[in-house]
Amino acid sequence: MSQNPNSSPEEPGGAGERRDSGAPFGTPGSAGGPGAPPAGAAGSESEAARETVETMVPAAGSAADPRLLARESGVSGYWAEFMRRVKGGELGSLPVIVALAVIWIVFWALNSTFLSAQNLSNLSQQIVGTGMIALGIVFVLLLGEIDLSVGSVSGLAAAVFAVSSVNNGVNQWLALLLALATGAGTGLIHGFFFARIGVPAFVVTLAGNLAWNGLMLNVLGTSGTVNLPNDDIVSKLYNTFYGQLAAAYSVAAVAVALYAVVAWLGRARRVKAGVPAQPVGEIIARTVVLAIVAFGVAYVFNQYKGLPLAPLIFLIFIVVGDFILRRTVYGRRVFAVGGSIEAARRAGISVPFIRISVFTISGFMAAVGGLFLAGQIESASQTSGGGNLLMNSIAAAVIGGTSLFGGRGKTWSALLGALVIGSIQSGMNIQGLSNSIQYMITGAVLLAAVVIDSVARRTQKASGRA
Amino acid sequence: MPDSTSAPVLELRGVSKRFGAVQALTGVDLAVHAGEVVALVGDNGAGKSTLVKTIAGVNSPDEGEIVWQGRPVTIRGPHDAQKIGIATVYQDLALADNLDVVGNLFLGSEISGAGILDEISMEGRSRELLDTLSIRIPSVRIPVASLSGGQRQTVAIARSLIGDPKVVMLDEPTAALGVEQTAQVLDLVERLRHRGLGVVLISHNMVDVMAVADTVAVLRLGRNNGFFDARRTNQEEIISAITGATDNAVTRRAARTSEHGSTEAGFDASFDADFGPDDRPPAGP
Ligand SMILES: Nc1ncnc2c1ncn2[C@@H]1O[C@H](COP(=O)(O)OP(=O)(O)OP(=O)(O)O)[C@@H](O)[C@H]1O
Ligand SMILES: [Mg+2]
Repeated sequence: MSQNPNSSPEEPGGAGERRDSGAPFGTPGSAGGPGAPPAGAAGSESEAARETVETMVPAAGSAADPRLLARESGVSGYWAEFMRRVKGGELGSLPVIVALAVIWIVFWALNSTFLSAQNLSNLSQQIVGTGMIALGIVFVLLLGEIDLSVGSVSGLAAAVFAVSSVNNGVNQWLALLLALATGAGTGLIHGFFFARIGVPAFVVTLAGNLAWNGLMLNVLGTSGTVNLPNDDIVSKLYNTFYGQLAAAYSVAAVAVALYAVVAWLGRARRVKAGVPAQPVGEIIARTVVLAIVAFGVAYVFNQYKGLPLAPLIFLIFIVVGDFILRRTVYGRRVFAVGGSIEAARRAGISVPFIRISVFTISGFMAAVGGLFLAGQIESASQTSGGGNLLMNSIAAAVIGGTSLFGGRGKTWSALLGALVIGSIQSGMNIQGLSNSIQYMITGAVLLAAVVIDSVARRTQKASGRA
Repeated sequence: MPDSTSAPVLELRGVSKRFGAVQALTGVDLAVHAGEVVALVGDNGAGKSTLVKTIAGVNSPDEGEIVWQGRPVTIRGPHDAQKIGIATVYQDLALADNLDVVGNLFLGSEISGAGILDEISMEGRSRELLDTLSIRIPSVRIPVASLSGGQRQTVAIARSLIGDPKVVMLDEPTAALGVEQTAQVLDLVERLRHRGLGVVLISHNMVDVMAVADTVAVLRLGRNNGFFDARRTNQEEIISAITGATDNAVTRRAARTSEHGSTEAGFDASFDADFGPDDRPPAGP
């Protein structure tokens, strides 16, 4: 960034905190990052006055405002940036990671088998069904909408697969495609009624929840339960382990290498184009953290049965989803519609198309999740997709940090949220506690997540306007 | 305009628009030349926003024609208007708060290859654009929610320039802004004029209008009520045209006197000030 010649003498080179100084913060206890000037109206007025003087001077031809966001180099710069985000309500994944750590420590303290390789490996498989459904919910939440049909749709997809492949001898892959298409189709229908007819999404999907449940019972017919042979693809998707030590480690190595290469190439391209790029130190730090996590997980897996296939597929879905949301035109438009429908419409974006496609994705992901859940219990039954699956999936997305208010979220929240919910269930089971307590605790965690979301949103609003 | 040295980029002839029982616009004329700032003023409910929306393709006129670079055009929707080169910044900015500045600037016209965003090109061009307009914002990578009102306004204006328009219409861009931020926006309007764009500026603030406008077009009760050369008029004259405290003769005189020597500013003196008796109660909030 070029230095503005008009900058006032009392402002040192990288006063990265300045932007926030005038904003009224609502976050308790987070004020007072290093060097943060006291918040308050007086501060903002004096700044406004100073800027008036600056704008009267013929413009210096630089888009850089001398006060702002030039991140200091080194650790203190990151700390300042971090504090700025926390104060601005951009909490991201921080609360859920803290919550996860607390949950794990508590259950480990109560019974150390909670953190055993076997339990963690099981946990990684158990979260996949809910997590996949939650991944679709993330897309819907980004629009600021809700999909209440995903439970029934997941059950319907499982029933379609089981009945066609087991009862009617349809080729397994074809049956799989049929089940996925069924899920996508239900979403398409929801999207159509929501986007084209204008029925509120929660009503459409609530109606769908009931209707698809009815259709599932119909598909299952009188038998009620269809058992899957344990050599069919859906069971294998869930149950497969790669037992060789090298499998888990090489997947970890590939993931880390891929991340490093992509980050490095991205940086090189940005440097070449003359736009600000990630500092080398940051790339190295992130790569190291990723390597520790990846090899740590691989080590734990190898202590038990090796690399499980299901969580690997889940991870791939998350990464692909993340790419779609953050790197493609389509994803940008999903965020835009979630942020401001009017802005999106005026920018020439087809809001109905975005809405219909997002509900289709949600239906598709519900089907994917339903198939993993069917693989887990090796059957499709009348209770498939029932119980608290719907609530857990939505809760996972919200607990993971995707805002209920639209426009903010990441596919990674499906993983983090599903981990939190799965950990509570697993820990409670180890303790031998009943469902009643499990539900109450999960409910409390969900409420906490929504409270954090609401407070963060308020804080963002407060610090968003001068 | 036959008596103008250059043809206007955008010209309205006898545009009328009716909403049910409300005749919002009656036979309105307007001409905008390249490099000219036309201020559109008038009391609340005078029809300014309606006129802008008509040009922007949000409403279609019931009568009259829109002439673009000498040729009559039919504007069927906002997309048509954008395509021929008319950009509009509405009173409510309609920015996506959750997207960063780059995301907002290129929303709907993202630079991409095979559906994948080219963030580097967009960021580079955003910086260039903001630099040429001398717009100061902390970073092109922060969400617009954390910008001040004035900064958001400048982003909205910059955004309208992405498609290389020839005419930019700004509906009350300084309405909610403080002194300093108003100055920023007015600076920006002047820079647009320097770049040879025609600007239509709606404002209730006479000081702002006198500061940047070349021509002041007054609307009253949905009709033209005088065109003034900003260099040869004063606030009182405009205010009396806005409030209707002038009779026909005075308005015609104002139009006549400013006709001499001001044609190079592209100002239209052939305006026929034949507004009828004020039998219609002022409508609108
Ligand atoms: N969509 C509509 N339907 C019915 N009447 C309308 C509509 N839009 C505008 N009008 C009417 O047209 C008249 C002109 O309104 P307009 O919004 O153009 O005024 P304005 O000059 O922009 O006023 P302001 O300064 O308050 O923004 C008003 O009487 C208003 O009620
Ligand atoms: Mg208006």
